[in-house]
Amino acid sequence: MGETIKAGRSGSQNIRGGWKVAFWFLLPSLIGFVVFFLYPSLRGVYLAFTDWNLLGNRGDFIGTENFERMRDDSQLSNSLWVTFKYVVLNIGSQTAISIAIAVMMDRLTKSQFVRSIMLLPWLMPNVVVALLWVWMLDKNLGVINTMLGWIGIDAINFFTSTSWVIPTVAAVNTWKFMGYTALLIFAGLQTIPGSLYEAGAIDGATEFQMFRRITLPLLRPVLALVLVITIVGSMQVFDVVNVATGGFNGQAGGPVNASRVIYLYIYQTAVLFNEPGYAAAISLLLVVILMFVTFLQLKLLRAGESDLA
Amino acid sequence: MSADTTTEQDQGVSVEKPSAKTDASFGARVGRGAAWGILLVIMVVSVFPFLWAFRTAATTNPELLSGSSDLLPSEPTELNFKRVLGRANDAEILESSGRENAGQFDFLKALRNTVIIATAITLGQTFFSGMAAYAFARLEFKGREKLFLVYLSGLMIPPIFIFIPNLILMKDLANWTESGWLNGALLGWIPWEWFAFTEVQWLGTFKGIVLPFFFMTPFAVFFLRQFFLNINRSIEEAAFIDGAGHFRVFRSVILPIAAPQMVTLAILTYVTSWNEYLWPLFVAGGNVEVQPLTTSLGTFLTQQPGTSPDWAAIMAATLMSALPVLALFAVFGRRLVDSIQFSGIK
Repeated sequence: MGETIKAGRSGSQNIRGGWKVAFWFLLPSLIGFVVFFLYPSLRGVYLAFTDWNLLGNRGDFIGTENFERMRDDSQLSNSLWVTFKYVVLNIGSQTAISIAIAVMMDRLTKSQFVRSIMLLPWLMPNVVVALLWVWMLDKNLGVINTMLGWIGIDAINFFTSTSWVIPTVAAVNTWKFMGYTALLIFAGLQTIPGSLYEAGAIDGATEFQMFRRITLPLLRPVLALVLVITIVGSMQVFDVVNVATGGFNGQAGGPVNASRVIYLYIYQTAVLFNEPGYAAAISLLLVVILMFVTFLQLKLLRAGESDLA
Repeated sequence: MSADTTTEQDQGVSVEKPSAKTDASFGARVGRGAAWGILLVIMVVSVFPFLWAFRTAATTNPELLSGSSDLLPSEPTELNFKRVLGRANDAEILESSGRENAGQFDFLKALRNTVIIATAITLGQTFFSGMAAYAFARLEFKGREKLFLVYLSGLMIPPIFIFIPNLILMKDLANWTESGWLNGALLGWIPWEWFAFTEVQWLGTFKGIVLPFFFMTPFAVFFLRQFFLNINRSIEEAAFIDGAGHFRVFRSVILPIAAPQMVTLAILTYVTSWNEYLWPLFVAGGNVEVQPLTTSLGTFLTQQPGTSPDWAAIMAATLMSALPVLALFAVFGRRLVDSIQFSGIK
C-alpha cells in the first residue's frame, strides 16, 4: 500500500489524483447531495404513490390514486390557471422593461452606480418586498392609492380583490426582478460588436431600426437563457403571495382562491392539510411542466446558436 | 453568457457605440434626453419603497392613521425603531403605536437566529463546495463528468419537491428506528439510542434549518468549478514538485488564488440564506427560539388586527431586517454586479 502511494507521488498520475484523493474532497458534498438532494428526490417520487401522514409520519402505498385524484381536482386546475396568468403578466412586463433598461444603459451609461441601484430590490428578502408593497398598496392608507386619488382614480383593492391580486403580485415581482434581469441582458449586449452599429449608422438606420435588426437578433441566445431562468423562477412564485395575501388572519391564496398559485397549493396541501403524498404528486407534475417548458423554450428559441456566426 | 467579465468591461469602455457622435441631430438629442428621463424614473421607482418605508417608520402610528401623505413626517420619531428593538417603555409604546398592547415581536431574537443560520450555512457551504469544485476542476477520476452532471441536475429540481421529503426526513431523524421500511431495513439495527439520537428533535431546531444547505448546493459547486478551471496548472505543479499533498495545494495554492471568487460566493450564499423563507416555514415549526427574521416578519403581519395594523412598527422592523443586506451590498456591490454578469444563473 505504502509503496504504491510513494511510487505514485513522483509520477504525474498522482498530481491528477484519482478516486483515492478525489473521494476525500468530494465526501462532504456527497453527504449533502445524497442525503438532502438525491434521496429526497427519489423519495418524493415514492411519496407521490402513498397516503403519507405527517402526524404518524408513515404512509401506505396506494398506487396511482393521487394521480387519479389530480385529474378531477378543480383546486389544482384553478392553481395551474392562476399560475399561468401570473407568469404571462410577470414575464411579459418584466422582460419588456428589462430589455428597455438594458438597451438604455448600454447606450447611455456604463455607470456601476446606476446598475447597483436597480439591483437593490432583487437583493431584498421576498418577505420584505411583500411587506413594503402591502403597505404602499393599502386600500385606505397606501401611498399609491393616495397618488391615484390625485389624478381622480378611486382607491383600488390591490391585494384584496379577485381581479387585481394576480396583476398586483406580478407587478411587485416585476419591480423586484427588473434590474437583475436587465443586468443579465446588459451582459449579453456587451457581446454585440460595436462595428455593427457603426455600419448601421453609416447606412442611416434609426435607433429603433438598429434595435430591431441588430440588437434583437443577436441577443436571441442570451434572451433564450434569460427567459428560461426567469420563467422557471416565475412559475415557482410563493413568498410574496404567502405573505401578502395571508396578512391579517386571512388564509393565503385569497381572496377566493384568486391567488392560490401552484407552489402555495402544494405547500398548503403538504403542511396545512397534512397530505404530503398528494402534494408530492402535484410537485411531480410541476417538475414535469418545468422540464417541458425549459426544453420547449430552448428548442423554439434555438438557444446557443447565435446569428453572429 | 459566461464570457469573461474583463473582456466585457474592456469592450464597454473601448467600443463607444456610435450614436453619441454620429447622431448629433436634434431628434437624437431629444431621444437621449427622454431615455435618460425614463432611466431616472426607473431608478426612483427602485428606491422609492425604501424611502417611503423609512418615512413610515419615522412616524407615529396615530399620525399614520390620519392619512398624511407628505414626503417627510411632520414630527420625525425614532420610537418605532426603539419599540421593535424592545427598548421602549410603556409610555413610548402607547405614544408610537397608539394602543396599550402593541403586537409583540422579538426582533433581536429573530435577528440573532438569522445571523446564526446564515453564518453557519455560508461557512459550511462555501468551504465544502470549494472542496468539491477542486475535485471536479483539478483532479481526474473515473466518472468525473457524469458525477458533475448528476450534481448539476439538482439545479433543475424545484425546491418544494425536495422540501416535502426533507421535512419527513427531519421527522425520521428524530425516531430512526420506527419509521419507514427503508429506514427500518437500512438503519433500524443500529442502536441509535446510544448516540442519543432517538430523543433528539430536528423540527424547530437550528440544525434542521441549516443542515440541508450546509454541505453543498449544486449552484455553489458549479460557480466555483468555473473559476478553478481557469487557474494556471503550473503554479500547482510547482507545489507538487516541492512535495506538497493535495490538501496542502488546495489550502495554500488554490484557496488564496480563488479567494475573491470564494468571497463572492460567500456573499451570495449569505444573502440567499438571509432571505430564505420557504424552508424555515416548513421546518421551524413556529418555534420563536430558532425562527429567522423572514418567517417572524410574516407571522408578525398576520398577528396584526385587521382594522388598524401597526404599520409604523412593521416598517421599522422591515427596514431593519433589510439593513444587513444593504450594508453588504454597499461594500461588495460592484463584485456582485460583476458576478451576476459572469454567471448569469443565480
